[in-house]
Amino acid sequence: MTKLHKKQQLTTFDQLPKTPTGITGLDEITGGGLPKGRPTLICGEAGCGKTLMSLEFVIRGATEFNEPGVFMAFEEKADELAANVASLGFDLFKLQENKKLRLDHVHIDRSEIEETGEYDLEGLFIRLGYAIDSIGAKRVVLDTLENLFSGLSNQVILRAELRRLFNFLKDKGVTAVITGEKGEGASLTRQGLEEYVSDCVILLDHRVINQISTRRLRVVKYRGSQHGTNEYPFLIDEEGISVLPVTSLKLEKEVSSKRISSGIPSLDSMFGGKGFFQGSSILVSGTAGTGKTSIAASFANEVCRNKKKCLYFAFEESPKQILRNMQSINIDLQKHVDSGLLEFHASRPTLYGLEMHLVAIYKIIKRFKPSTVILDPITNLITVGSVSEVKSMLIRLIDFLQDEQITVMFTALSLNTVVNEQTDEGVSSLVDAWLLVRDIESNGERNRGLYIMKSRGMSHSNQVREFTITDNGLNLVDVYLGPEGVLTGSAREAQKLKEKTGVALRDFAVSRKDKEILRKRMMLESKIASLQAEFESAEEELNKMYLEDELKQEIIEKNRQEITNIRRGNVDAPKSKAKTKK
Amino acid sequence: MTEHNQLPLNADDNLSEGDSQLFRLRLFVIGASPNSIRAITNLKNICEEHIKANYELEIIDVYQQPLIAEAEQIVALPLLIKKSPGTERKLIGDMSNTAKVLKGLGIYSES
Repeated sequence: MTKLHKKQQLTTFDQLPKTPTGITGLDEITGGGLPKGRPTLICGEAGCGKTLMSLEFVIRGATEFNEPGVFMAFEEKADELAANVASLGFDLFKLQENKKLRLDHVHIDRSEIEETGEYDLEGLFIRLGYAIDSIGAKRVVLDTLENLFSGLSNQVILRAELRRLFNFLKDKGVTAVITGEKGEGASLTRQGLEEYVSDCVILLDHRVINQISTRRLRVVKYRGSQHGTNEYPFLIDEEGISVLPVTSLKLEKEVSSKRISSGIPSLDSMFGGKGFFQGSSILVSGTAGTGKTSIAASFANEVCRNKKKCLYFAFEESPKQILRNMQSINIDLQKHVDSGLLEFHASRPTLYGLEMHLVAIYKIIKRFKPSTVILDPITNLITVGSVSEVKSMLIRLIDFLQDEQITVMFTALSLNTVVNEQTDEGVSSLVDAWLLVRDIESNGERNRGLYIMKSRGMSHSNQVREFTITDNGLNLVDVYLGPEGVLTGSAREAQKLKEKTGVALRDFAVSRKDKEILRKRMMLESKIASLQAEFESAEEELNKMYLEDELKQEIIEKNRQEITNIRRGNVDAPKSKAKTKK
Repeated sequence: MTEHNQLPLNADDNLSEGDSQLFRLRLFVIGASPNSIRAITNLKNICEEHIKANYELEIIDVYQQPLIAEAEQIVALPLLIKKSPGTERKLIGDMSNTAKVLKGLGIYSES
C-alpha cells in the first residue's frame, strides 16, 4: 500500500505535492492524497463520517507515513475520541505517548463566556502552534470549526479570524484537514467560508434510499490537481474507511487464453469445444425456473473437480437448499464443501447496502482466494439499489475479479421475456460471455432453450439448443429443425418417432419391391428357359430334317451307283456315265 | 499535560472563603496587542471604580506560557477569568463594555 502511494506521489510530484491519506481508495481518487501544506475541508451532514475520516488521516499519517499530527477537537473529548477509534484498532493514547499524535480538546460554552468587546482567537493560534511545534506535526485536523460559531457570537471577528487561521496553517506548512457541517441548501458549510479558503473540498454524504443507507464521497474541488469528480461510495467498517472507486480507472488487465470447462460438455462444444476463458465473466440470464442455478452449480462442480477453489454467493437460496436441490440432478456439491474447495456465502440482499455487499465479497475473496466466483443471482441486489448502482457495483466487482484473474459467473433473472431488452442490471455489456436460457412455449408445454448471446474472443455456436435437466445432470440437445419449424420437448420427440415410423414403412416398402423384382426375374428367367428349350427342340428338328435329307441323298446316290454298276459291269464307267447322264 | 503551577492563588483559598468579597481575577493577554492593552486598561479602571482594593489581578501573557492556553481552555483573547467569588466566570474581549464586565463579575447586581 505504501509502495503504491510512493509511486503515485512520485508521478504527481511535478504537479502538486500531495500528502497521502492512507485511507483505502481516497488516494486513488485524489491522485495521491490531499494537497501538501494546504488546508482541506471535509464537509457533510451529521453522522457521515467527517470526524472519523479526519482522525484516520492523522492516525495513518502517524503510523504509516511517519508524519506526526495534531487533532484539535471542538466537539468530542480526547478520551471519547480514543474510545471511538479503539474499535478500529487504533490506540490514540499510545500514539500520544510516542509523540506521534497530540489531541487537544477545545471547549467553548457560550453560557460560560461573556463577550465584553473586541477579541481575537490568538489563544487558539497559540495552542495550535504550540501543539504543532511540540511534536513537529505535519498534519493538523480541526474538528469542527462550527463550534466556534456556536460558542462565540461575533461573526465578523470569527470570519476574519478563520481566514487568518487558514493562512496560519499554510505558514506552518502543515497539511490541514478542517471539518465542517453542511449548511442549508446548496452551501457546503454553515458559514460559507471554509470551502473558499480551502484548497481541496471533500463532501461526504449519507443517503438512505429504500431504507438502506449508503455513504458517498465527492471531491468538490481540488486546486491545481486533477481529481475524480464522481460520487464514490465509501464505508466504515472495522478497518476504518474504505472508499471504493467506481472503476480502477484503467483498463489494463492481464488476460488469459486458458479455457475452462463449464461442466456441461455439450455447452463447451458450443464454445468451440473448450468452454470459457479463465478470468472472464459469464452472465447466465433467463426467466424464472429456467435452470440458471443448475448451470451455476454445474460450473462450480466442474471447477471443484479440477481441484480449484470456488466461492458461491447465494442471494436467494440457503446453501443447504442448493446442496439438496443439486443432488436431484446428480451434482454432489457436498463433497466439495467438505473438502474445502467450495464455500457458500448466503445472505439476503437486503441485509445491508450494495457497498457493504461489495466489501463483504471483496474481503471473502481476498481471504479464500478462489479461482472462480459465482453470484446467484445478481437480480436480487436490485432490491437494495437502483439499476445504475447495481451496475456500478458490478463493474467494480468485475474489475476487481479480472485483476485477480478470477472467473466469475453471474446469474440474472430477466423478468422480461423479450430477449432483446437487455436489461440484466446492465451488466450484459460488461461480461465476456452471455448465456441466455429461455422458455420456448409451444404445443401446451414449456421447454428450455439455451443459446449464446455473445462470447468475446472465441467462435461460438449460433444455434438454439434445447436445454434439458435430467436426473443425470444437464444436457443440451439439438432442437429439431423440421419442415414445421423449430421443435422442442415432446414435439421434438414426436417428430423423431414420426420419422422413425416413416423409415420403418419405407424399409418395408422397399423390401416388398425387392421381392417382387426377384420374383419377376425368376419368372422371366423361367420363361427364358422354356423358350430356350423350345428353340433347342426346333433346332433339333431342323437338324434332324437336314440330316435326314443328307442321309436320303446319300442313300439315293449310293443306290444309283450301285444300279449303274450293275448295269455297266465295270467299275470305271459309272463316273462318265453318271456324268453324261447329268 | 497540564500543570497548575500557574496558580499562586491556591494558597489564598482559605482566605478567600473567609472574605467572599475578594475578587480574584486572572487576565490572559497576548503581548502588547491593542486588544490586550485596552483590556488591561479597561479592567483596571473598572476594578478601581467598583471593587477598589478588594481584588487580586493577575495578568498572564499567553505568548510566554503557551502551555497554559491548553490548560485553561483558552480560545479567544483577551480572556478574563473570575475565580472567585462565586462560580468561575469567563469574560472575553477588551472589556470595553463595562456593563457586561460588571455583570460577568457579578458586581452589577450588588451595586
